[in-house]
Amino acid sequence: MSTHPPVGERFRRFRSGRGGGEQLTVPPAEFTSYYGRPILKPPVWKWDIAAYLFTGGLAAGSSLLAAGGQLTGRPALRRAGRVTALAAVATSAYFLVNDLGRPARFHHMLRVAKPTSPMSVGTWILTVFGPAAGVAAAAEAVAWLPERGVLGLGRRLLPGAGRAAGLVAAATAPALATYTGVLLADTAVPSWHEAYPELPAVFAGSALASGAGVGLLAAPCAQAGPARRMAVAGAALELWGVHRVETRLGLLSEPYRTGVPGRLLRAGRSLTAAGVVGALVGRRSRLLSGLSGAALLAASVATRFGIFHGGVASARDPKYTVVPQRERFERRATGG
Amino acid sequence: MPDANSGLRAAGPGAGRRLDRRPTQGWAFFTDTSVCIGCKACEVACKEWERRARLRVGPARHVLRTTPGALTANSWRHVAFVEQPRPAADAAGSAAPAAGPGPQFLGMPGAQPPGRGTGAAGRSDFRWLMMSDVCKHCTHAACLDVCPTGSLFRTEFGTVVVQEDICNGCGYCIPACPYGVIDQRRGDGRAWKCTLCYDRLGAGLTPACAQACPTGSIQYGPLDELRERAAERVATLHERGVPEARLYGHDPTDGVGGDGAFFLLLDAPEVYGLPPDPVVTTRDLPRMWRRAGLAALAMAAAAVAAFVGGSS
Repeated sequence: MSTHPPVGERFRRFRSGRGGGEQLTVPPAEFTSYYGRPILKPPVWKWDIAAYLFTGGLAAGSSLLAAGGQLTGRPALRRAGRVTALAAVATSAYFLVNDLGRPARFHHMLRVAKPTSPMSVGTWILTVFGPAAGVAAAAEAVAWLPERGVLGLGRRLLPGAGRAAGLVAAATAPALATYTGVLLADTAVPSWHEAYPELPAVFAGSALASGAGVGLLAAPCAQAGPARRMAVAGAALELWGVHRVETRLGLLSEPYRTGVPGRLLRAGRSLTAAGVVGALVGRRSRLLSGLSGAALLAASVATRFGIFHGGVASARDPKYTVVPQRERFERRATGG
Repeated sequence: MPDANSGLRAAGPGAGRRLDRRPTQGWAFFTDTSVCIGCKACEVACKEWERRARLRVGPARHVLRTTPGALTANSWRHVAFVEQPRPAADAAGSAAPAAGPGPQFLGMPGAQPPGRGTGAAGRSDFRWLMMSDVCKHCTHAACLDVCPTGSLFRTEFGTVVVQEDICNGCGYCIPACPYGVIDQRRGDGRAWKCTLCYDRLGAGLTPACAQACPTGSIQYGPLDELRERAAERVATLHERGVPEARLYGHDPTDGVGGDGAFFLLLDAPEVYGLPPDPVVTTRDLPRMWRRAGLAALAMAAAAVAAFVGGSS
């Protein structure tokens, strides 16, 4: 409480270069605020939600990998993809429920289906994806089942059910990977909202790259070819999207370039580049492929947390709320 | 606009099939800050009525602790308080309209206290602004749109209310609100905000804050009637030499379709901690879903290409 500016101070000038002496293309903004306090309430979501952005994307990416492996006869990709998809979607469910203010009421999400609420849409996407990923992963345990009895029946039915469920999960996966972009953008948080054209692309690319990372880690070099190509495509999409978010939004790009979010996004970019180069160069090296896969997964984590915290930073500073709105207001007033 | 969002106040086709009670545009607050004296009776009345804030200290101490403060899960009315230097031109303009260039006769020392003859406006070089802030009960309410449980709903009075037995504390409404009103209550986990005294309205009573306001700063009534009253009040103030008086949130064509709680302000909105040009985030939602669809298609295509193309 002792750090408030004195009562009556009307103008709060922002010094340029705050946040690590990085170069800003935007001149320091002069604006008025109420004691420098944020106008918006920053998201109350804890790190669970940033972590969910990663695990949800990982589930989507690896289920696509699994379906590809299933359809093209690459059992290593199929197995790794299915098991990872189940683990990731289960972790996602934990993160999502844990972040609720009233976790015991998680099922209230299932009362309604609302296209105006990306969270409701996501709930239903997960409701389809989760069980499908579960059945597909269960089918991988067929070899351990006895040949007779009730479990023997499962041994006969599961492979077919797993194939069908794997395709259902893969068909849902692109929606699972991209709706989170809308989830963040459909808020008043300035740097998330204005990034709405790019966020789904960033998350789709990040999901592809993390799924490819699983393939590179788990599959022998002979089967990992599709994972390498997925890594390249995912990385390209992610790097393009993040670059746009960091440069296109003017003042609202600033939170993505400075402070902790800036460091996270730069780390994500470096790790993505390293992962793609390693995946292409290490075509015949199991070790190098595995390292590349790990780099791609780490890159996805860094990118998700970077985007998440960039938005939170933009909600905490009234500058990012007042200046763009004031400009829009003046433009409308002068332009008629 | 999305269906879930179009409330009582929505005009156009489809509006007729909704509850058609009087007043047709819903009930509203008009907060005239030009007569607010910053007594915080509204804050205290709100808490007294709701009895949900569980004040551990008496109202007086609470009042002292909430400057500058903000609307929170426990404070659904909040009196913003600003002390600012009165711009010289403004002070001179209202104090000595005849003052021109060149030497001036400053007058004989008078028998009266300084400033008595010049009117209230000319007495000091600073001014106090007070504004009782509250949930805006937007016509296009982002909190209501994004609520994934249906806990937030539009009442028959045109207001926006959280059903506390439904809310599961997902927190989505909190960053969605363009005014930073709704908030999560610590230790409770759910989202809380002004209900415009839903229970009192149901019994035909005036909301507690408006009931307690001693100066008529908080006015409650049918929205259309209040808008007319507010326009008259601004015109009166302009006539009386208060050109900075302006309405905020009264315009049904603004980014949130007009507020169910609107204000008369004496400075720019951001001075009071209000956003200058709020827009309901779901206005762009169709475009967002389109972009997500494109990204999803690109993702599927990339996955197919990864497995079909290439030799290894």
